[in-house]
Order: sequence, then structure tokens, then C-alpha cells
Amino acid sequence: MHLKLSGEEGFTPPGVSDFELPPIFHNIEWLTKPVLLVALSVVLISIFFVAASRKALVVPGKLQFSGELIYDFVRNGLAKDILGPEFMRFVPYLFTLFTFVLVNNVFSIVPLLQFSAMSHVGFPYALAILTYLVYHFVGIKKQGLGHYLKGIAFMPGVPKAIYVLLTPIEIATFFIVRPFTLGLRLFANMFAGHLLLLVFILGGEHLMQGVIGLKLVSPFAFTMGIALTFFEFMVQCLQAYIFTLLTALYIAGSLADEH
Amino acid sequence: MHLFNFAEEVAVVEERINPLIPHPVEIVVGTIAFILLFLVLKSKVVPMFEKAYAERTAAIQGGMEKAEKAQLEAARALASYNEQLSSARDESSRLREEARVQGAAIMEELRAKAQEEAARITAAAHASIEAERQQAITSLRNEVGALAVDLASKIVGEALDDQARQSRIVERFIEDLETSSDNRR
Repeated sequence: MHLKLSGEEGFTPPGVSDFELPPIFHNIEWLTKPVLLVALSVVLISIFFVAASRKALVVPGKLQFSGELIYDFVRNGLAKDILGPEFMRFVPYLFTLFTFVLVNNVFSIVPLLQFSAMSHVGFPYALAILTYLVYHFVGIKKQGLGHYLKGIAFMPGVPKAIYVLLTPIEIATFFIVRPFTLGLRLFANMFAGHLLLLVFILGGEHLMQGVIGLKLVSPFAFTMGIALTFFEFMVQCLQAYIFTLLTALYIAGSLADEH
Repeated sequence: MHLFNFAEEVAVVEERINPLIPHPVEIVVGTIAFILLFLVLKSKVVPMFEKAYAERTAAIQGGMEKAEKAQLEAARALASYNEQLSSARDESSRLREEARVQGAAIMEELRAKAQEEAARITAAAHASIEAERQQAITSLRNEVGALAVDLASKIVGEALDDQARQSRIVERFIEDLETSSDNRR
């Protein structure tokens, strides 16, 4: 339909429709590529870390060492610094979050897979909702419902007149803005990254089919595609880190009596 | 007209698939997948890593304590060795001194003994010489007496006329003496 629309020779720029992947089997509507990729990521992460931690040696081997490197990054680099003495309770959640997001992000540049479930907004939303539930639950459990809500709505140590402005903002932040920004940030980065790679690689491919002048340009498009793949890898790691970091910060805010 | 159609078409497509509207299935699948992974990591992985951490901490602390103990032990051993060394040195110098003194005493004693022995030997030699002398004197005396008697009897037996005879008698006597001593030899 698109092709006809833009003429026989025209180039269809990659768009939203490229993210709508059909079900793998016609009769199973829900079993799409992102669903499979998520399942694959769960299996891979489980296998890797169970294998890495199975022996729990004092002097780790290569596998255990690499597993510990990631675990240590979340445990000591994130949780311990941000959450304080109670951090150990949240390490499993943050660790799962980080590995899950990271692996699914990186799937976007893994040959043959080349798609990130996180570029489908449903998955980031799922994670954002979980984080949303976790940090509110932690806050209510720690401070009591009334005290927790009062702490959010009426931040202590602020002149009374400011509450007119501050209270709506704070309530909106805690209950609406945070889960959306958390989910959308991840989704948008993955979505845009995938689109960017599609533009350069499909564009390069299309240029190859053009006149001689365009053929000469196409290697530049491919080179750019490769360079952007590396750039995307950086973004993917960074986004996994940011998602986990923000979750830890939200939990820390709920744990603190005054924020 | 063409352009307008295109825009319209895109709008229709965009409306149908808005990337910001999640598929409910994906939220459900994402949540389930995450919870499954969470359960695996929480029950299997985190405890094992924590166990490794704890063991490592214990091992390092234990190692450090052991090292400290070893160091203390070494310091103590060194002190005791030094002490032993200095006492041994004292002992050896004391022994040397003692040996020197003892050696001097032994030498002195030996010298005294040697002198005594020498004196004893000299005295014995003197005594034996004296005895032999006495013996010689005695035997000489006896012999001289016998000779004198012999000579006197010979002189008395012959006439003592002249000088020649006297000298002959004496010469004969001496010859006799010589022959008798030759015979005796």
C-alpha cells in the first residue's frame, strides 16, 4: 500500500508501521516477535546467572566473575549507595530490572534478533507500573498511608503559601508523571534507536538500487548505520542504567521520612 | 491532490497504530516475564552471590588475621633469636676467656711439672754419679791396698840394691798389671 502511494520508484521511509510485527502463527494472535524476545531474554538471563552463581566460589572462575561484575554493579554501584542500610531488600528487584531491560535493549542490535521489545511501549509500561507499585507500597509500609501521603502533598520545611503551587505539582509528580516518564523514556529511546538504524540501513540499501551517483553514496549510509549501532549500544546500556537508577531513587524517596 | 492523498493515507495509518498505545497483551506478558525472572534471580542467584560475598569477606578477614598473627609470631621469633644470639655470643666469649685462663693454668702447671722432673732427673743423675764414684773409690781403695801389699811383698822379697833393680821391679810390676788387666779384658 505504501509503495503504491509513493510511486513505483520511491523510497518508503521507515515508520511506525515497521514496529507492527505480525503474529508468528496466524492463529495465535498474542505470540509476536517482541513476546518471544522477552521470553528468550528471561531464559537467557536465568541460565547465565544460575550458571554463574551455582558454585558460589570464594575465588570465582571466569563465568562467575562476569556474573558477579553485573551483580556487583547493581548491588554496590546502585542499591548500596542510594538506598542506604536497607538496600539488600531491594537488590533482587533492581538486579532483575537492570538485567531484564539491558538484555532486551541489546537484543535490538543482536544479529538476527535485531528488535527490542522495549520499543513496544507495553513492556516499558509494565516495568514502570511495577516500579510504581513498589515504591508506593514501600512508602506506605514504611511511613503509614496518612503520613506517606501527607509527606508527598505537604513537603515539610516549606512556607505555607508555596503549598498552593507545590502540592499539585508534587501529587502529579508522584502519581502520574513518574510512571509515564519512566516508561516513555525507555520506550522512546529504543523506538528512536531502532528507527534510526532502519533509516540508514534500509536507506543505504535503497541507494544501492539507484543511479550510479547514488550507489557511491550508499557506503556512507552503511558506515553511518554501523557507527550508530555502536552508539545505540551505548544508549541501550545507559537506558537500562537510568531505569534502574530512577527506580532506586524513587524507592529511596519512599524510604526517607522526609524527602 | 496526490500530496493530499498521501497525507490522508499516513494519517489513517498513524491513527490505526499509535506507538504510544500499549497492547494489553504486552503489559501482561512483560509483567509475567519480569516476575518469573525476578523469582529465579531472587531465589537462585542473589543468595548464591551473597554467599560467595560473605565467604569471601570471611576468607579475607580470616586471611588478614592469620597474616597478623604470623607477623606477630615472626616478630616474637626474631626477638627470641636475637636474644639467643646475644646470649650465645656472651657465652662464647665467656668460654673463650675461661679457656684462655685454663690454658694458661695448664701451661704453668706443665712447666712446673717439667721443671720438677728435670730437677728430679738431675738429682737422680747426681746421686748415681756419687754412688758410682763411691763404688769406684771403694774398689780402687781395695785394689790399691792389694797392689800396695803385693808390691811391698815383692820389694821386701828381693834386695833393694840399686836404682836399676828398683826400677826393673816397678816396671815388671806394671807390666804384670797390664797383662793381668789384658787378661782380664
